[in-house]
Amino acid sequence: MPRRDDIKRICVLGSGPIVIGQACEFDYSGTQAVKALKQEGYEVVLVNSNPATIMTDPEIADATYIRPLTPEDLDQVLRDEHCDALLPTVGGQTALNLALEAGRRGILEHHGVEMLGAQEEVIEKAEDRDIFKAEMVRIGLDVPRSIYVHSMAEGWAALDDVGFPAIIRPSFTLGGSGANIAYNRDEFEAMLQHALSESMRGEALVEESILGWKEYELEVMRDAKDNFVVICSIENIDPMGVHTGDSITVAPSLTLTDKEYQRMRDAARDVVSTIGVTTGGCNIQFAFNPETGRMIVIEMNPRVSRSSALASKATGFPIAKFAAKLAVGYTLDELDNDITKVTPASFEPAIDYVVTKVPRFAFEKFKGSDDTLTIQMKSVGEVMSIGRTFRESLGKAMQSMETGTAGFDWEQDVDDADLENSLSRPSPTRLWKVGTALRRGISLEAIHERTRIDPWFLHQIAHIIDREIEVEQAGAKALEDATLLRAAKRDGLSDARLGALTGTDEQRVREARRKHEIRPVFKRIDTCAAEFEAHTPYLYSTYEEEDEAEVSDREKVVILGSGPNRIGQGLEFDYCCVHAAIALSEAGYETIMVNCNPETVSTDYDTSDRLYFEPLTREHVLDILEAESVKGSIKGVLVQFGGQTPLKLAGQIEAAGYSLLGTPADAIDRAEDRGRFGELVTKLGLTVPRFGIARSADEAFEVARGIGYPVLVRPSYVLGGRAMEIVYSDEELHRYMHHAVRASPDHPVLVDEFLHNATEFDVDAVSDGKEVVIAGMMEHIEEAGVHSGDSSCILPPISIGKTVVEEIRETAVALTRELGVVGLMNVQFALQGSKLYVLEVNPRGSRTVPFVSKAVGIPFAKVAARVSAGETLAALEVRERIPPHISVKVPVFPFIKFPGVDTLLSPEMRSTGEVMGIGDSFGEAFHAGMVAAGVALPQRGLVFVSVRDDDKAAVLPVAKHLSRLGFELVATRGTASFLGEHGLRPQVVNKVADGRPHIVDRLVNGEIAMIINTTVGAQSIQDSFSIRRTTLQQRLPYFTTVNGAMAAAHAIEAARLGGQVLPPVSLQAHHRRPSYTAADAPVNRTSYRPSEAGGAA
Amino acid sequence: MSTGAAQSPTRLKLESPYNGDGVLVLADGRVFHGKAFGAQTTAVGEVVFNTSMSGYQEILSDPSYAGQFVCLTATEIGNVGVNPEDEESEGLGAVALLARAVSPVTSNWRSRQDLGGWLASRGVPGLAEFDTRALTRHLRERGAMMGVVCTEPKPDLEALKKQAAEAEGMEGRNLAAEVSTRAPYTWTEPSWEQVQLRGPAPEADVHVVAYDFGIKRNILRMLADVGAKTTVVPADTPADEVLAMKPDGVFLSNGPGDPAALGPVIDELGKLLEAQEKAGFPVFGICLGHQLLCLALGGKTYKLKFGHHGGNHPVRASEDGRVAITAQNHGFAVDAESLAAHGARSSEINLFDQTVAALNLASREVKGVQYHPEASPGPHDAADHFADFVTAIREHKASKASA
Repeated sequence: MPRRDDIKRICVLGSGPIVIGQACEFDYSGTQAVKALKQEGYEVVLVNSNPATIMTDPEIADATYIRPLTPEDLDQVLRDEHCDALLPTVGGQTALNLALEAGRRGILEHHGVEMLGAQEEVIEKAEDRDIFKAEMVRIGLDVPRSIYVHSMAEGWAALDDVGFPAIIRPSFTLGGSGANIAYNRDEFEAMLQHALSESMRGEALVEESILGWKEYELEVMRDAKDNFVVICSIENIDPMGVHTGDSITVAPSLTLTDKEYQRMRDAARDVVSTIGVTTGGCNIQFAFNPETGRMIVIEMNPRVSRSSALASKATGFPIAKFAAKLAVGYTLDELDNDITKVTPASFEPAIDYVVTKVPRFAFEKFKGSDDTLTIQMKSVGEVMSIGRTFRESLGKAMQSMETGTAGFDWEQDVDDADLENSLSRPSPTRLWKVGTALRRGISLEAIHERTRIDPWFLHQIAHIIDREIEVEQAGAKALEDATLLRAAKRDGLSDARLGALTGTDEQRVREARRKHEIRPVFKRIDTCAAEFEAHTPYLYSTYEEEDEAEVSDREKVVILGSGPNRIGQGLEFDYCCVHAAIALSEAGYETIMVNCNPETVSTDYDTSDRLYFEPLTREHVLDILEAESVKGSIKGVLVQFGGQTPLKLAGQIEAAGYSLLGTPADAIDRAEDRGRFGELVTKLGLTVPRFGIARSADEAFEVARGIGYPVLVRPSYVLGGRAMEIVYSDEELHRYMHHAVRASPDHPVLVDEFLHNATEFDVDAVSDGKEVVIAGMMEHIEEAGVHSGDSSCILPPISIGKTVVEEIRETAVALTRELGVVGLMNVQFALQGSKLYVLEVNPRGSRTVPFVSKAVGIPFAKVAARVSAGETLAALEVRERIPPHISVKVPVFPFIKFPGVDTLLSPEMRSTGEVMGIGDSFGEAFHAGMVAAGVALPQRGLVFVSVRDDDKAAVLPVAKHLSRLGFELVATRGTASFLGEHGLRPQVVNKVADGRPHIVDRLVNGEIAMIINTTVGAQSIQDSFSIRRTTLQQRLPYFTTVNGAMAAAHAIEAARLGGQVLPPVSLQAHHRRPSYTAADAPVNRTSYRPSEAGGAA
Repeated sequence: MSTGAAQSPTRLKLESPYNGDGVLVLADGRVFHGKAFGAQTTAVGEVVFNTSMSGYQEILSDPSYAGQFVCLTATEIGNVGVNPEDEESEGLGAVALLARAVSPVTSNWRSRQDLGGWLASRGVPGLAEFDTRALTRHLRERGAMMGVVCTEPKPDLEALKKQAAEAEGMEGRNLAAEVSTRAPYTWTEPSWEQVQLRGPAPEADVHVVAYDFGIKRNILRMLADVGAKTTVVPADTPADEVLAMKPDGVFLSNGPGDPAALGPVIDELGKLLEAQEKAGFPVFGICLGHQLLCLALGGKTYKLKFGHHGGNHPVRASEDGRVAITAQNHGFAVDAESLAAHGARSSEINLFDQTVAALNLASREVKGVQYHPEASPGPHDAADHFADFVTAIREHKASKASA
C-alpha cells in the first residue's frame, strides 16, 4: 500500500523532559519520525516541552510547540493547527498516555483526529497487566502463574499453585508499597497478612517468582498487511529481577538454540497479532527458565522504546523512521534499506558482531539512596559498544563508561567471603566485582550461584581476567610480546588497563602496539553481515585483518560526542554536536562523529558523513584520527560541543599533533586551571569569589579559614557539580575532606567563598576570535548555591537594570576576547548587592545552548561550528537578538525514584532534564514551565510555609501575594508568628518534632495544596526531611527556595488572569516576531522579585 | 580503583576450545590463518557463507551442505553446544566449519556435547579466530569458490594452494547421490515444536513418498506434524517404483550441488510428472527438489554468484503480496523465463534479488519452493506450505474416493 492521501497534517508527540526511564532516545526516534513524515510530503506539527531536543528545532517540523504535554494544550494545538492525525508511538510512555487521555476526553474525536500507529484499545490491552495476561493465556502463551487473594486461606491455596519463592504484591496501595518475596511459609504468612492490610481493597496478588531466569527482548516491526520482522534480539546478562534498562545487555541473543529462538519469535508474532499493534515498532520481553527452557511472556510495549533506539543503533535499521512510514500506510516491502540500497526493509538484520549495552547510574548524587538494582529503573544513561566478539565488545563498553574505569579494575579492601556474598546483590559495580572475584580465584560455579548470570557470560569474563593475569605476570615484558599484546587487544583490554597491568602506562602500550603494528581496523555496520555492499560508513574498531574504513580524500572535521547521558551532561551536548555536524557539512567539510551513546541523534548514521561508534577515550580517538589521516586532511577536531568528555581530551589531541577546531587547548586550560584563571581575572580587573586550592585535607582547612565560612568545596575538573557542597564549619569540612573526596596534588579540591543571597546569571556567547556576540543572558530564579543546572532560569533577565546588564555583557565579552575563544563560551556570574562576581568560565558549549537557541531563534551551535572552522560572525550575519517574549527553563528531578533522598536543592546537580515555558510575561512563561515539568500549581487551598530565620523577611512578600490571591496559609510556630506580626493570619501547625498531629499528618490527609520550606543546618534539615519526602510522594508542588516560591506565586496569578492554558504560539511564530537589540531592549519588564538587589531601574 | 597488581594472582584454569593452528586456502590463493578445532584433517570443499544468527548445528548437519565449507557470519559459535533433537541428518552435512570465535563452554539446558567434539566425531575440521567478515566479503565479491582447510600440524602452504586451485568445482557434481539414503525407510516422528508446544502429532492419514536428495529431518518431522507418514526413497529410485508404492503425494527433497548434474533423476521425475498429470496426486519440492521440478518440466537453472545462505530472506507471494521471512540455502536458482513455456509460473519472489522463490503449475497440484519452509534453522513464516501440501493431498484423496 502506498502512502495515505487522506491525511495531510500530522501531529507528532514528543516525550517531554528527560527523566529516568525516558531519555533522549525519544528525541532520536521522534526526530527520525518527523523527518520521515516530512519526506513523504506531510505537514508535521510537533508538541514537546523539552527545548534540548533536536526534534524541537524550528526547521525540523512545520510548526513546533514547546508546550506542556497536557490534554488541554494538545486540544488547543489540534484545534489551531487543523491536524488530521496524531502519531503517539514515537514519544515514549508520555506521548502514549497523553494520546490515551486525549482520546478518553473526546478531544481527538472532537477535532476529527485519527490516531496513527496504535489504536486506543491496543494501547489499553498492552498496558493493562491483567488484560495482557489474560490475552496471553488465551493464545496459549505462558505467563507467570498468579492469583488474586483476599484472605490467608485463599493465600495458602494460591501458594500450592505458585510455589516458593512467591511474590506478594498488595493491590491498590497509596505511596506504592512494593512487592515482597517469600521463601518459606512463615515469611509468606507474615508478608501476605501485611499486604492484605496495606491494600485499600484487602487484596493481594500471589505470583510465581521468575527471579534469576534468563531475560530476552525482541524488537519487532509490523505493517498493515501483517508483515512481521524481528529487527533485533537482545539478551540481558543480568537475569530477571533487574529492570532491562538497568541490565547489561547484548545483541544478538547468545545462549539460545535456533529452536528456542524461533519459538520466541513465533510467540512475539502471536503477541503482536493478538494485541493488535496496528503498524510500527514494538518490543516484547520474555523470560526463560534456565533449567527447563520454559518460556514466559513478560510484557510488551506497543510503541517505539528505549530498546528500539538500541536495536536501531545495534543493527543499522532505523526503526522509528520506518515506524512513521508504516503508520501512514506503507508496507515494509515498499521501503528500502538505506544501508544496502538494493534490499527492502522487509527483512531481518543479520549482524556479524556483538553489541553490549551497559547502563550508567548516578547514585553518588543521591546521598542516602540504595544502589541495589531492582525492577524499577534507576539508570540515567547508557553506553553501547561494538566488537567482533563478546569479550571485545564488553571491554569497549567498560571503557566507554566515563566513570574512570578502564576495564576490570575494581579493587577494594574487601575479603573474599564478603565479595562473594555481595555478588548476589545486583548493583552498578557488580560486573566489575565479578571480575575481581574471578581474579581472586572464586569459582565460576559460586559466582553463578550468586548472580544467576548465564555461565557462558561468566566463562567469557573469566577468559578476559585470565588474559589480564597473563599480561600481569609478564609485566613490562608483555610489551615485547606481539602475540600476547594482540591477543589482549582482541580480548578487549584497553591500552590504559594494559599499562596498569604491565606497570607501564597507556602511552608506552600505544608505542609498543605501534612498534608491533597492532592497530585496530574499522568494520561497517551494514544490517546484513556483509552479504550486500554497505553504502553507509557506520564504523566500529576491532582487531582483525581487513579494514573497511575507506577513508576519503576530503577535508574533514572530527566531532567528539559527549558519551553516556548522566546528570550534568545530557542531551544538551548531543544537541550541540548534531548541530555542529549539520553546519560543518553545509560548509562543505566531511563530518566525522565519534560517540558511544546509543540514545542520541548524533549516533544516527545519517547525522554526519561518517560515524564511529567508539568509546571517547584517548586510545580510541587517536586510533580514529590516525586512520582518518591516511587520506585527505583533518581540518580539526571539535571538542567544545560534547561537554567535559571531549574537552578533557583536548590537550592530548593537540599533543598528538592534531589541531582543535576553534578555541585552543591552552584557552581551555586557562579557564579550567584555577591558578591560571586567577591570573586571568586579575588581569581583567574582575571580581571573583575568594578562592583557594587545597592539595591535602590540611590545606583545605587553611584555605577555608582564610576565606571564612561558609565555603563552597568541590573537586577540580568536574561537570554537574559532582561532589560539590557548601560547608559551614570546620566540622563539616572535615567530614567532606575525609568522606566525600580524596584530595591529592593531582586532584586538588577547590575552595570558594560562598556568596549568600546572590542572584546567578548565565551568559552564552559566541566568538569568531575577534567579534563576540552574546547568544543569551539568563537570570536564575534560585539563588547562588543551587547548581546552575538545577535552577530555573529566565531569558532575558528581568530583575536587573541596564547598568548591570551592561556590566555582565561587557565582562562576558572581555573574558571571551582575552581567552581567544573561537566558538562557544559560557560565563556564570553572581550578583550580590550591586557587586558582580564571575563564578565560572567555560570555553565550550554549555547546557543552556539549546534553550538559548530556541528562545532567541538563532541556532548558536551551528554558528559556533562555522566560526570554529574559520568563518566570521559578520559573514554569517549573526547579531545579538533579545526576544520580546520571556522564556523560562525549568529543571525536572528524579527524587521519586530514590527513596530516602532529600529534595533540598544544593550545589550538586541532580536534575535529569528540563522543560521550557514561553510567554509574554514571566508569570505566563513560568506557569507553562511548571505545568510542563509536571508541577500542578494550585489555584486555591492551604499553603504551608516554614522557612529558616534568614528567609523570613524574604518570604513575607510571597505570603502576602498568595494571601491576596485567596490562599490560606499554615505555618510552623516561628514562621507563623513572624507572618502574624506582619498582618497575616496563618494557621499554626506542629513541626514533626513538636508532636502530633503535625504537618506530615496534614500532608498525608491531603489538606495542603502547596509547600514552601527552606531550611539550613544539619539538624533542621533532618527535622524537615519527612515533610519534603511526604510532599514528593503526594506529588504536591513544593519550593525549597523563597525565590522559587515567589516565582510560583506569579505563575499562579498569571494563570488565573490568562486562564490555565495560553493560546498556542508556535516556536516559528515566536521567532518571526521582531526582536530587540542590546541597545533598545526593554528593562522595565515585570519581575517576580519584589525588591531585588540591582533593582529594575 | 587500582590495578589489583599488589600480588600477582595465578592464572585461571580454563579450557580452550582450540587444539592448535589451522589454515584456510582459497582457490584464488588467498590464505587465512586461524585456530583449529574439531577434526584434525585436511578437507576440500566449496566455501560459502551463511548469515543465520542461530542454528549452527542444524546448518552443519544439513546434507545440502555436502561438499561445502560453511563460514558462519555470526561471530560467537558453539555457545549452546549440540543436542540430539537438533540434528538434521546422521553424520552428513558441511565438510568444514569456519567461524570467528568458538565457545570454550556450552550453556544450554538441552546441550549434550560441545561443538568441537561433535565435529571431531563427524570428521569435520573447524577453523576459527580469523577475519570471517573479510572472507565473507571476498566471497561476495568473487563468488563462492573452492578451498582447502588444514587443521593438521605443519601444513605445507604451497601444496594446499595447489590443491585448492585444482579442486573440482560444484557444477556438474552429483552430490545428491552421495548423501541420499541407500534404502527406503519410513518416518513418523514429529518436530520439536510439536512435541514441546502442541502435544502429540495427529494420527497419520496420508502417505507421502519423499525422494531423498539429502533430505533434512525437519521436513519429515513437519510432514508428520500435519498428519503424513513418509516413506523416504533413494535419489535414484525409478518413477515406476515410487508409483508402485501408491503415494498420496510425492515430495522432492532439498539436497546439495548442481541440479543439472542429476540427468537420470530428472528423467525419472519427468515420468513421475507425466503420471501426476493423469493421476493428479500432489507433488511438492523444496530447494534442490524445486530446481529438479523445474528441470523436469523443461525449464532451466543457473548458478548464483554466491548463493543464498541465511535466515533473513524476504519472499513475497504474488497472490496476496504478503512477505515471509525465510531460511535459504542454495547456490543455484530457477530461471523464471524458462518456466513460462511449460505452464509453470513463479508464485513467490525473493525480494533481495528478485529470483524465483516458488513456482507452481497453473492447473495441477505441483509446487516447488526454493527456500526452506521447514526452517531449522530459521523463521517459521512459511511453515504453512506443509499443511497446504497435506491439505491438497486430502482433497485429492477425497475427490478420488468420490469419483
